[in-house]
Amino acid sequence: MTDNKGFQDNDKEEKMTTSHATPASLSSVASARTMSQPGTTLLGTGLETRGVHAWFGKKHVLSDISLDFAAGTVTALIGPSGCGKSTFIRTLNRMHEFIPTAAMAGEVLLDGKDVYAPGTDVTKIRLRVGMVFQKPNPFPSMTIGQNVLSGLKLAQIKKSNTDELLESCLTRAGLWNEVKDRLGEHGGALSGGQQQRLCIARSLAVEPQVLLMDEPCSALDPGSTFRIEETIAELAKSMTIVIVTHNMQQAARVSDYTAFFLSDGGPGEMIEAAPTSKIFSSPQDKRTEDYVTGRFG
Amino acid sequence: MSVELSERPAPPAPREITTQPRRSDQIFRIVVTIGGMASLVILGLIALFLSIKGLHILTEEKLGFITGSAWEVITDDTGSIAESKFGIGAMLVGTFLSAMIAILVGVPISVLSALYLTFYANGKVKKFLISVIDLMAAFPSLLFGFWGFFVFMSSAEYWAKLINKYLGFIPFFDVPTPIFERSPFIAGLVLAIMIIPIVTSISREIFDQTPLDRIQAAYALGATRLAMIKAVVIPFGRGGIIGGAMLGLGRAMGETVAVYTVLNVVYQINWQILFGAGGNVASLILLKFGEAGPAEVDALMAAGLVLFILTLLVNAVADLLINRFGGKGR
Ligand SMILES: Nc1ncnc2c1ncn2[C@@H]1O[C@H](COP(=O)(O)OP(=O)(O)OP(=O)(O)O)[C@@H](O)[C@H]1O
Ligand SMILES: [Mg+2]
Repeated sequence: MTDNKGFQDNDKEEKMTTSHATPASLSSVASARTMSQPGTTLLGTGLETRGVHAWFGKKHVLSDISLDFAAGTVTALIGPSGCGKSTFIRTLNRMHEFIPTAAMAGEVLLDGKDVYAPGTDVTKIRLRVGMVFQKPNPFPSMTIGQNVLSGLKLAQIKKSNTDELLESCLTRAGLWNEVKDRLGEHGGALSGGQQQRLCIARSLAVEPQVLLMDEPCSALDPGSTFRIEETIAELAKSMTIVIVTHNMQQAARVSDYTAFFLSDGGPGEMIEAAPTSKIFSSPQDKRTEDYVTGRFG
Repeated sequence: MSVELSERPAPPAPREITTQPRRSDQIFRIVVTIGGMASLVILGLIALFLSIKGLHILTEEKLGFITGSAWEVITDDTGSIAESKFGIGAMLVGTFLSAMIAILVGVPISVLSALYLTFYANGKVKKFLISVIDLMAAFPSLLFGFWGFFVFMSSAEYWAKLINKYLGFIPFFDVPTPIFERSPFIAGLVLAIMIIPIVTSISREIFDQTPLDRIQAAYALGATRLAMIKAVVIPFGRGGIIGGAMLGLGRAMGETVAVYTVLNVVYQINWQILFGAGGNVASLILLKFGEAGPAEVDALMAAGLVLFILTLLVNAVADLLINRFGGKGR
């Protein structure tokens, strides 16, 4: 898997092994997910990138990334700081273009359709490809409940039974029990870990097909991290997840596939993408091995 | 257990925490304190001066100074005052009406242009517009007055007639006789244009500070730009908008020359905004000051004192509003 082609056509045996590679304390999470056989049932969505490049001004930061994210799988993006993981993940839901000098080339296909095609309504793309940021960012002017449902208001979606939706989103994000009695409080009144789960619940409310998570646990304590990993395992049953992480154990625990990015001073490149167990046990590329074993990065 | 508890020694009294500041720090502290206190002292001296000169008029005229609207000085043959009546009711109403119109028209325009500048305008257009607006802020108000009088008035009169024709059944828009020139409406519009620069730049500054992560959160949820602005920018900037509006209100209430040029000073309370009668406190002072005798000057100082207090009140209300409505979105 040293070429930049995708990894959609992997057999399920290898995914099963993922759970064996996980630490014992978290095996329950992993086995819960593995039981649902991610990737085996095609949910009708898929995200693919073909030859994606990215620039900030004249600076070429990402070179020729082609990756597949099959429906219902969790893919971890790993690599040293500055190799372009965030940039890549932000090209997937067109958040990249908010940076004034940003440019991109290549194609990002959602269900086979290029999200950068002329005439595309970008707000519709972002509804289908949700995002959770590194720093929890609830809307402080809204209550907890309003935060969860804010996506409906922002995208002008009419829903009749919002109470049900509110409860199901918070439940899926693993936050319901902690906040069910304080839905009227302001979003800022929660702890950092709770805020991050609130942000996850918020992105679930608009029912995205793909959820992008850029280091969602990097500001959190181990307990909150564990709960969010549980959440990810739960969510993977119904959606495609792409997660950037600096935590190798986390990548091993939560993901089915792992892609390793690296920049040798030039633009970031994808060195290797394979089932997670393979990346961690028998990587093809020496640089991947060095990185995942902690020899650099 | 309880015995043990009662035997536990009492906690010590909290220590006093002090520090020995360096000499340079102490000196700088004195310098900035003087700077900080200077404006307070100056403000106090102005208030004191106005009070000394004007307070006796207020005690003589009592509430009539505020509610009455006659302003007469009758001198006898020797030139000393035989009879005088001072009331600024009409001027207060005129001040209020023209300032309100200025706010109602000027603030929405300012907020819209600030939103445009922050979230829509790009590069060169943005720079150009910002410098134009800054230039507008530095424009002498007399020029606004001239422009209002010679250029703007005729078209504003036309609008006033239209409003009167179709909405005349509302008492505000009625007129006793068809005189549409130099009305509170026109003065208010000129004032609106004058306050746009300050309100725009204050709003723009606050919009600029909207946290990027919240903006991105909204966009990532599929928000349109409009939805993002409504959900994130406005709640965040509300306090700033109110603050800017209050500064604008202060300017509109205290504006002298421009109002003097485009608003008839008439000593009669007039609530009909399209009718050419009004005047504000500041333009009354400007009108009368040149030819006023000592007693009348005192009356004008009293009018100034009222304006001063009014301005303080407006600012106090602004603070209240900001505390009440401004904080939530931060
Ligand atoms: N707004 C920007 N303007 C200019 N250059 C940028 C900008 N954002 C990122 N870069 C550059 O693009 C490259 C990739 O950045 P990116 O944030 O994608 O890295 P990353 O892999 O997410 O790193 P980290 O693990 O530290 O988050 C870096 O060299 C960075 O300096
Ligand atoms: Mg990053």
